[in-house]
Amino acid sequence: MSESIIRRPGRWQWLTYLLLAVGTVFFLLPVYLVIVTALKQPAAITLDATWRLPPVWNWASFAQAWTSFLPKLRNSLLLGVTATLLSSLLGSLNGYVLSKWKFPGANLLFMLMLFGMFIPYQSILIPMFRFIKSIGLYGTVWGLVVVHTVYGLPITTLIFRNYYVEVPDALVEATSIDGAGFFGIYRYVMFPLSMPGFVVVIIWQFTQIWNEFLFAVTLSKPASQPITVALAQLAGGEAVKWNLPMAGALLAALPTLLVYIAFGRYFIRGLLAGSIKG
Amino acid sequence: MRWPRNKDQLFALLVILPSLVLVAIFVYGFIAQNLYTSLTDWGRDPAQALSANPVIRFIGLDNYRELFTGLIDSRFRQDLVNTIFFTLFFIAGCLGLGLALAILLDRKPKGESALRTIFLFPMSLSFIVTGTIWRWLLQPQGGVNRLPTLVGLPPGRFAWLTSRQQILRFDWNRLPFYTALVVAAALVWVGVSAFRARARVRGWVALSSAAILAAWAFTLGLRWQPLPFPELHGFNLAFVGIILAAIWQMSGYTMALYLAGLRGVPDELREAARVDGATELQLYRRVILPLLAPITLSAVIILGHISLKIFDLIFAMAGPDNAPTDVPALLMYITAFRGNQFAKGAAIGFLLLLLVAVLIIPYLTTQLSRGDRK
Repeated sequence: MSESIIRRPGRWQWLTYLLLAVGTVFFLLPVYLVIVTALKQPAAITLDATWRLPPVWNWASFAQAWTSFLPKLRNSLLLGVTATLLSSLLGSLNGYVLSKWKFPGANLLFMLMLFGMFIPYQSILIPMFRFIKSIGLYGTVWGLVVVHTVYGLPITTLIFRNYYVEVPDALVEATSIDGAGFFGIYRYVMFPLSMPGFVVVIIWQFTQIWNEFLFAVTLSKPASQPITVALAQLAGGEAVKWNLPMAGALLAALPTLLVYIAFGRYFIRGLLAGSIKG
Repeated sequence: MRWPRNKDQLFALLVILPSLVLVAIFVYGFIAQNLYTSLTDWGRDPAQALSANPVIRFIGLDNYRELFTGLIDSRFRQDLVNTIFFTLFFIAGCLGLGLALAILLDRKPKGESALRTIFLFPMSLSFIVTGTIWRWLLQPQGGVNRLPTLVGLPPGRFAWLTSRQQILRFDWNRLPFYTALVVAAALVWVGVSAFRARARVRGWVALSSAAILAAWAFTLGLRWQPLPFPELHGFNLAFVGIILAAIWQMSGYTMALYLAGLRGVPDELREAARVDGATELQLYRRVILPLLAPITLSAVIILGHISLKIFDLIFAMAGPDNAPTDVPALLMYITAFRGNQFAKGAAIGFLLLLLVAVLIIPYLTTQLSRGDRK
């Protein structure tokens, strides 16, 4: 392998770095603009000074965004944590059944389940809205928890099933000879083995739910709004001073961004799992 | 063989049952209910729309007929055109940029892992965050348009999201004609590749279907007019900015897919090609890219279904009421939840489902049957 690096024509090297630099600028330019704008005083934000550094560093926008967003961040956190845990746990059990206790028709049912991952939610939005309203959960975080848990099942089941398929059947059989039944095998073999699987699924689900907007805007009232809805409302107004939406965007992005930076490897695994076989 | 044969198998069924029931209700039950709603007149009479017990009548496919040929629903037709153009450019952009970045990173430059992190980080953001940022970036008098002034050039003049220009315009009445031609062209391609693979029967079937379709297009297809008047639709340039933002967010995904694929190409294969005298360009064109074809297919399907459903990005960037950047996913929401036209909203939702299903169902079935063989 090292030989092939030496053999690689060196005259293209500069072009590689040039193109990578252009790419980096494309991806980081918006980040620069967000930070710079968020740190400017409202009066210093003018269209022709867009790219300039703030004349005076002003941290007040963050404090302001933080106070007005705090209840929404709490809603998102409550929603994200509960729905993520519920859908991961159910997905893990489903994946266990679908990989180690295949019943007749299991593959067909699995496929029907997976289809639920791809549907445009607009095609179920009206019945879902009526259903959540009829059980009294409209305008609460719990309505969103129900919806995100259920529509999260396909992807969590998929990731866990593909993960458990790799666990040798011999291990399962050995445990069952030792007298462990369905739950014993899960408790003593599968569950302890599934920590990496849980990390992938939890990161994926939390990111998705935190970032989601359609369900959030359809099912929430101001008191139960997740952060994405609040941010869209804040930035959607016309006579808006941009320091606040930018500070808000940073706050809204921070949790998932931190998760991505800390657990990037697992995040990518979840990403690739979404394309079925990866 | 009967199942369950013992207590454990019964437990297995009981454990998965709740999830199956939930998915059955929330996916299939709701789709069915939505389909039924789309066949009614719920919301036509504003007085009935929000009443506790609305009088709802079954009116068959009338909502669908209106969407495709009704005078007032020309916005839906433009939205459909928007979504198709958006999908094409978005997928092309993600594939191109993603592949380029993956090839560059595959040359193992210094700082590779930091670069990968940078190219992929927008994937962890919400479309709402991306939309908010890019809305500011694309202000006609500021943002990106000011960038040339930093090096002393005049500022850019493109109006981005507020542009009202439309290019590639065509008459909606010509849609059957164009559709038939595109399908015929695809069939010709299928036929030619069948001949190359020595599958002559398949080749002839494909070619003759293409010929029949083309003949239909030029005779009846040209004469069949769904609308009594010409109605022009095209690609709204206001979408350019949205496509750019979407590519910014999602091309890291194709990069990750391609990079995983490139890492899977054995070094011996590259060495062998080089020993045979292949240049770097030939190596990529003749050896590596063909190996990546299945990845491209996966990426097209995944990106395609994301872009057909795109809602939050446009909502955050251009607002829900900006007609030039409207798409069916957004129109459905506005129609049903702002305009209280539930039946028509349900119809748009169902059409969206059909559009996605055409893409996803063949993919799911082939992916899973391949998985079973493994």
